Amino acid sequence: MKRFSLILIAVGAIVFAQSCKMKTTEAAVSGDAASKVYVAPGKYDEFYNFVSGGFSGQVSVYGLPSGRLLKVIPVFSQNPENGYGYNEETKPMLQTSHGFIPWDDEHHLALSVTNGEHDGRWLFANANNTPRVARIDLKTFKTVEVLEIPNSGGNHSSPFITENSEYIIAGTRFSVPIAEQEVALTAESFKANFKSTVSFVGINQQTGNMGISFQIVLPGVDLDLARAGKGPSHGWFFLSCYNSEQANTLKEVNSSQKDKDFIVAINWKKAEEYVKAGKGRKMTTEYYHNVLNEETHTATSNIMKEVITLDPNELKDMVYFIPCPKSPHGCDVNPTGEYIVGSGKLAALIPVFSFDKIQKAIAAKTFEGDYHGIPVIKYEAALHGEVKKPGLGPLHTEFDAKGNAYTSFFVSSEIVKWSLKDLTVLDRVPTYYSIGHLMVPGGDTKSPYGKYVVAYNKITKDRYLPTGPELTQSAQLYSIEGDKMQLLLDYPTIGEPHYAQAILADKIKGQSVKFYDINHNKHPYLAKGEKETKVVREGNKVHVYMTAIRSHLTPDNIEGVRVGDEVYFHITNLEQDWDIPHGFAVKHADNAELLIMPGETNTLKFVPKKSGIYPFYCTDFCSALHQEMQGYLRVSPAGSNTPLKWYMGKQDTTAVAAK
Amino acid sequence: MNIKAILLIGLVAAISLGSCGGEEKKETTQSEILKEPGDNSGQPVATTSDPAKGIGKFQNVELTHPLDEKMVASGKEISEVKCLSCHKLSDEKLVGPGWKGVTDRRTPEWIMNFVTNVDEMLDKDPESQAMLEVCMVRMPNQNLSDNEARAVLEYMRKNDGKN
Repeated sequence: MKRFSLILIAVGAIVFAQSCKMKTTEAAVSGDAASKVYVAPGKYDEFYNFVSGGFSGQVSVYGLPSGRLLKVIPVFSQNPENGYGYNEETKPMLQTSHGFIPWDDEHHLALSVTNGEHDGRWLFANANNTPRVARIDLKTFKTVEVLEIPNSGGNHSSPFITENSEYIIAGTRFSVPIAEQEVALTAESFKANFKSTVSFVGINQQTGNMGISFQIVLPGVDLDLARAGKGPSHGWFFLSCYNSEQANTLKEVNSSQKDKDFIVAINWKKAEEYVKAGKGRKMTTEYYHNVLNEETHTATSNIMKEVITLDPNELKDMVYFIPCPKSPHGCDVNPTGEYIVGSGKLAALIPVFSFDKIQKAIAAKTFEGDYHGIPVIKYEAALHGEVKKPGLGPLHTEFDAKGNAYTSFFVSSEIVKWSLKDLTVLDRVPTYYSIGHLMVPGGDTKSPYGKYVVAYNKITKDRYLPTGPELTQSAQLYSIEGDKMQLLLDYPTIGEPHYAQAILADKIKGQSVKFYDINHNKHPYLAKGEKETKVVREGNKVHVYMTAIRSHLTPDNIEGVRVGDEVYFHITNLEQDWDIPHGFAVKHADNAELLIMPGETNTLKFVPKKSGIYPFYCTDFCSALHQEMQGYLRVSPAGSNTPLKWYMGKQDTTAVAAK
Repeated sequence: MNIKAILLIGLVAAISLGSCGGEEKKETTQSEILKEPGDNSGQPVATTSDPAKGIGKFQNVELTHPLDEKMVASGKEISEVKCLSCHKLSDEKLVGPGWKGVTDRRTPEWIMNFVTNVDEMLDKDPESQAMLEVCMVRMPNQNLSDNEARAVLEYMRKNDGKN
């Protein structure tokens, strides 16, 4: 074949592709897309992309622009793969005032910020079902803290963060009676008893530890999404809400009666003043605060007994409502902090509110009335302007550094780029299919990195090879560097992604912990070297102090355990090198395996039900002799008197311990 | 240009990609970010012309006479946590070779370089590679600091009856 005919074919292919634009899904991708997302083997991505797992309860970490999955961080759900929520050390992380809860629905993420920019310290996550917030340490990529939120239901407008990580927020989506009262489910009872709280969770700037500083008690509306002000609007929080109708049944219809619901504007600096002045009400309640200690490698639960509540009916100048058409979902603040974008799910326009105008309206009391005693600012007085006919079903808005906004449209399945300056639509691209959240790297900060927008789609259909009725959710990466958005890449995700965050890899990759220094390991059942391995009986509890190193477990033969005993395998990984975890599993153990990082100690509880021989082994391929990394536990019948004995190789560790 | 020529170019590209992939890439990317104290794998390493000293930054280790008992005690403690799972104090091989006589078989520099520069030694030093063929398990890099490695060397000398 001659060169000429090759060119002809290439040209023909391009012409063909253009002629059926928008008819086939691949047609939307232009020629140089592959090179823009190609990260060569051994090279690193430019961004870490943290993605909420939705109903998986976890957080996944992708590299951008490649879309490669780097890690899944267990947060609100048990993870048998590494023992999170199964081993003794992390079980307390999932404890709540209603006992151990092994699953949740994780929607939104917030990276810690300093002066409105990512600082790479922590990542916060919300649990929607059993209201909780979590903190992930970005040195270890581990969940290190979980805080339960009392007086809440559906912790959806969470964990959005203030400009200097002073607070993350936790707002109620499913209004509930305060103090978990049991009341009648009638329209009258709903209006009388149901409330929606907004919890301000204070962050200790040194340790990152979270605590509920105060809760503002609002009328029973469904608080949906939220954003902190920044720059001039720092000190304020904005939340969208629906169901201002206060319907308690057939909400699909009954919560959509009014033309407008609200954006709730909260002056949290004012709230702080009230708390300081002792104007808050101390309320007895119960909620769990679970913290992982990185030296003992063990989490503990503290039961908290009190929250401070603030009532905006008594404490004026703290909360205002701004009308927002219809059933607003997204509530997003632009990088300068001046504009608040409300996205009415059922609206045919996008209202953009001005912080400056809101302040003037408050000063001049330009109110149209009140909602359950809280002033409602006149719509026009707060409005900067409206984006007309942008699309159908606006949900969320992110920003670039050039004064542009990107809004996702669920119903018309597209991303629309528009200008904050004159509120005109600049570009639109289809998404496949039915986009929910979208994310521009740094798009919610004072200084967006821009470059890409990622669509997190709700429907996948024909995008990938079919896998039966259940399909993975699809993410799509678009370039936003030019005037026109350009689709670059599709990739599957875990769970159902809602919101996501992305940070420049350079901001955190250098701080990544490679292993835990065994000399700092303060686990109560640490075996610091094989010399300290032993088996100790305390009544019917048997504690095995075991070590793992390439490639043997010590001790690897244990006798004297009886049916009715609880065996605790405390395994210390003696390795001090990066990427050398050891795994541990015992035959018939009814929980999960352990995956022990170098220098760490983890505990597997095993309650044998029958007598016999139980092999145990390392589950993480560690060396050429990994297959040999195994041992045996002998379990004798209940009441038998097999002496307690343990050893490894020729060493009789029993004798050593007896000395 | 015909199809054969195109295929040839493709083949050459594939071969050249294959020949420069893998290990080399991994080393450079790792060394970019390894910064913990005691982690020597990312540091530039001096090479030596004397094979008896191995590969690494230790070219002249000064020995003390008599033994520094403080270092011996500290070396014992470190060894019990990081070394003795795989090495016995006798000449018996466990996972790695027994330590008896090691200070006679190896120079102090070789021992220090092997302990602190494990991966490069196992990849390039002929003596280390010969041992790997016997033991079949790469010695883990236990991330000993220079001082810790020196203390372990002193403990080995004590174990060998040196003074």
